[in-house]
Amino acid sequence: MNLFYELGRYLLFIRSMFFKPERARVFVERTIHEMNNIGVGSLGIVTVISFFVGAVTTVQTAYQLVSPLIPLKIIGTIVSDSSLLELAPTITCLVLAGKVGANIASEVGNMRVTEQIDALEVMGINSAGFLGVPKILGGLIMIPCLIIIANFLMISGGIIAAKMTGILPPNEFVQGARESFKFFTLNVSMVKSVVFAFLITSVSTYEGYFTSGGALEVGEAGTRAVTRACVLILFFDFVIAKLML
Amino acid sequence: MIELIGVNKRFGDKLVLNNINSKFEPGIPNLIIGASGGGKSVLLKCMVGLFKPEEGEIHYNGRDFVHLPYEQVRDIRREIGMLFQGTALFDSLTVEENVEFPLRMFSPLSPAERKDRVNFCLERVNLENANSKFPAEISGGMKKRVGIARAIALNTKYLFCDEPNSGLDPITSRLIDELLHDITKEFNITTVINSHDMKTVYDIGEHIVFMYKGSVHWEGHRHELDEARHTNKALDDFIRASQF
Repeated sequence: MNLFYELGRYLLFIRSMFFKPERARVFVERTIHEMNNIGVGSLGIVTVISFFVGAVTTVQTAYQLVSPLIPLKIIGTIVSDSSLLELAPTITCLVLAGKVGANIASEVGNMRVTEQIDALEVMGINSAGFLGVPKILGGLIMIPCLIIIANFLMISGGIIAAKMTGILPPNEFVQGARESFKFFTLNVSMVKSVVFAFLITSVSTYEGYFTSGGALEVGEAGTRAVTRACVLILFFDFVIAKLML
Repeated sequence: MIELIGVNKRFGDKLVLNNINSKFEPGIPNLIIGASGGGKSVLLKCMVGLFKPEEGEIHYNGRDFVHLPYEQVRDIRREIGMLFQGTALFDSLTVEENVEFPLRMFSPLSPAERKDRVNFCLERVNLENANSKFPAEISGGMKKRVGIARAIALNTKYLFCDEPNSGLDPITSRLIDELLHDITKEFNITTVINSHDMKTVYDIGEHIVFMYKGSVHWEGHRHELDEARHTNKALDDFIRASQF
């Protein structure tokens, strides 16, 4: 019953966001602000994680390919395909669920317990829309951009690791990646990034918005936001893979 | 004018507000007093629309706030200013941006006109040279004054104050009381102040509603308080506990 209650409340919350739009100019400014927070603020962690995930995937793939009958360029194929299809969108979004999700839930939760959301409501502002829509739009615009960067960095990390460890030369890695590349793979990556971006931002805003109590509950809302966003990302990862592949 | 007619509010099985009837006139400080748990905060939240009463009507100059469609409720809310107990200033905005916020959202003023209005409001609450400070950088009394400036920025018709003196020293408390009194008179605002500070009551209360166990137990002018306490034990206990 609790699951259905939460799901129903979440859906009603999403609906209420788009119920009465406020002044467009303020929305645009807030959306740009959120894009900066979510996108530029997460660039560092995404860069580090993507590079090393690509490097580790290359080393581990090479370790498992022991047969001399399999050409080494297959490592490039496996690393690039798995990066585009799974590692870049899913791993990056799991990390972003932790960083961005906890940040949003704490910010909104703190606004709730200090009556700032009540202040918005008393002014006649649709607080769910005012707080939620710029965050969701900011995520929908910036997270796919981060995933594109993550795709590029994972493959780059793979190439550099392959060269530095002497597994295979960069031109062979790139040849393997190019031979198997299908544009559709990139489409799947982008669909995943958009769905995950919506889940991260909306679930975190929801958890923060319905916080009650004090500092302890704000912390709990942050934890809940990250946990639920991660579980939903993995669930929808499976759904999208099943539907598109 | 705000008129409450038969307002009831429940939380689960508990009746928190029981048949509240009262009128709050403009131009005078209206005070809701009573012990903690008496229902005064719930009543204030019902009046501003943060809680919806199960029964009864709340009229803003004849418009029933409880039963109006959302668009008209929103129009009334834009005539409302509220000073929250914890001030509820937006942490990420400066003092100036906090006061400007309702103007940016709802007024057709140009940026220069908005700045003039913000400066006027801040000067009116005796708060100058704090425009660029963040709420975390100013004192409790200053925060209350910024909250009042924000509440009156849109030429508010109705001003609600939830425990405006909580956490303030006696001198600052008195300044806030005087400020609320003067603003109410000057702009002819319908001001409703929720308080359990008897000093505020004796200093500025012109219409006092004493809440006890969710009901209006006594209502009148501050000059009638001393006579009323002789026949009203709950009121007498409350005033006595406040050392008056």
